[in-house]
Amino acid sequence: MAAFFANIDLTFLIVSLVKIVGFTFAAVLPLVTVCVYLERRFSAVIQDRVGPNRVGVPLTLLGFKKDVQILGIGGLFQAAADGVKFILKEDFTPKMVNTFYFWLAPCLTVVPALLTCAVLPFGSELNFSFLGLEEPVKAVIADLNVGPLYTFAIASLGVYGIVLAGWASNSKYPFLGGVRSSAQMISYELSLGLSIIPVFMVFGEMNLPKITQFQDAHGWLILPLWGDGLSLGRWVLWIPMLISFLLFTIAMFAETNRLPFDLAECETELVGGYHTEYSSMKFALFFMGEYAAMIIGSGLAVTLFLGGWSIPFAPLLGLDFQAGATPLWLGLLHIGTFFAKVLGFILFFILIRWSLPRFRFDQLMKFGWLFMFEAALANVLLTAVLMIWFPVK
Amino acid sequence: MATIIVKRPQLAWHEKAFISTLIKGLKITLGHAIKTLSQIIGRKPKVTMEYPEEKWDSNLPEYYRGAPALVTDEQDRERCVSCQLCEFICPPKAIKITPGEIPSDDPWAKVEKRPKEFEIDMIRCIYCGMCEEVCPEQAIYLRKDYAITGLSRKEMVHDKKRLYEIGGKRIGLVNKWNELK
Repeated sequence: MAAFFANIDLTFLIVSLVKIVGFTFAAVLPLVTVCVYLERRFSAVIQDRVGPNRVGVPLTLLGFKKDVQILGIGGLFQAAADGVKFILKEDFTPKMVNTFYFWLAPCLTVVPALLTCAVLPFGSELNFSFLGLEEPVKAVIADLNVGPLYTFAIASLGVYGIVLAGWASNSKYPFLGGVRSSAQMISYELSLGLSIIPVFMVFGEMNLPKITQFQDAHGWLILPLWGDGLSLGRWVLWIPMLISFLLFTIAMFAETNRLPFDLAECETELVGGYHTEYSSMKFALFFMGEYAAMIIGSGLAVTLFLGGWSIPFAPLLGLDFQAGATPLWLGLLHIGTFFAKVLGFILFFILIRWSLPRFRFDQLMKFGWLFMFEAALANVLLTAVLMIWFPVK
Repeated sequence: MATIIVKRPQLAWHEKAFISTLIKGLKITLGHAIKTLSQIIGRKPKVTMEYPEEKWDSNLPEYYRGAPALVTDEQDRERCVSCQLCEFICPPKAIKITPGEIPSDDPWAKVEKRPKEFEIDMIRCIYCGMCEEVCPEQAIYLRKDYAITGLSRKEMVHDKKRLYEIGGKRIGLVNKWNELK
């Protein structure tokens, strides 16, 4: 036993723990609140309104004269106010529900969404040599060789939360929502997985950090504008990659239950869908799970197609990643770039939500099975054929 | 009768596949977003009036129906003769009047009655203006006050003093009781 404890690499443990807490709880969860704020402000300006612009840090409660607005932008504290509201609301469990599953469902939505954070490379490397760490710290929680597979495996667990919520609520609207959601998620999972097979064929790799490093040096997958990216082969392969990106984005929308595919919770037909019977923090957990899934989905799309943490034209600017020789400031800049890209992608999510009407359910299933699935398969074939003449590397 | 058979628009393939239509939609929403955002950054949102700082009080139309209030005439006589018509017509039954007699030594003794108490429950009031319409003495008017707030139900009941305070003096119109006539 003593030998077992002696073998534990304490530095590794502590670094992993800091990464887990730092990325999951100090980055992704606060990003959820930022998303909610962005969603409200962005939808407001789309509809010619102003949106929440008043809530500041409530210093008046402590006897100060004025509330302080963060960064001078009104309303940035709105998300925190929303959170406090959720905590203080009555947590009501209806009488006729199946209590155990009713309580389990919100957890099953959030946990998988947060678990998928593990394989996302949110930065290149952080050089902590001044702290006595010899090896630079990789900015990814788990450097797995099966990153995307892991993500899909865990993310598809999220459907259980929704199905259980719909079933355990013992009410017709949640039930309909749960049934729709399960059908939808199962059909779009196929095309989600198939759509990025061409990407792995091109990279010959399923390790997300390595994929990002490749893109940093040789141009992003759908913007190959520097390094080897300017070769003819990459631009010929750009066509299937663009198709792959479009299919992946569409499937991602369906997977995260976002409009135009939000049939599981469409307010106009199903009241609130699967979370109709939920209140207070349990409802907030569904909300958080959904937004966290959105963030992770955007993160995955950014990592696979838009170069992850890589700075555009990095080799030309001298800001590219050098294994083991990246200074700390560049590492931090990479992290900043990653989050900026993710936020940009989320803004795109929001823009789509407020532009497109919802699909009818039969249209949704038809689209999923008769178009997305076939298109993804055909794209795999196309890439394979093109790669005979234009191999990468 | 002439009938027009409306033809469904013939959609091109890219419109059917949501390609050009999606781009068109995104252009519209993004256009609105950028326009409004630049207005907000320039601190001049054209559509939204930021309420407590900006009010449209000065632009209220003449016929605006705000809080009902009692008025006095130019000689500070209460116009209300407590006929109770407003109390009876009030749809939500917000008005409560206790009539009182004017003592004979009062200079306005010939008016005979005035309200001893006059209460309007502003929680019940629906600002319909029926009281104003029905009043034979033009004693009750809907003013332009709309921000009627209070911390308790009791505070929301306007008594006679408060009603005259809001109403103030109204000159002209019914001169039936005026000495001048």
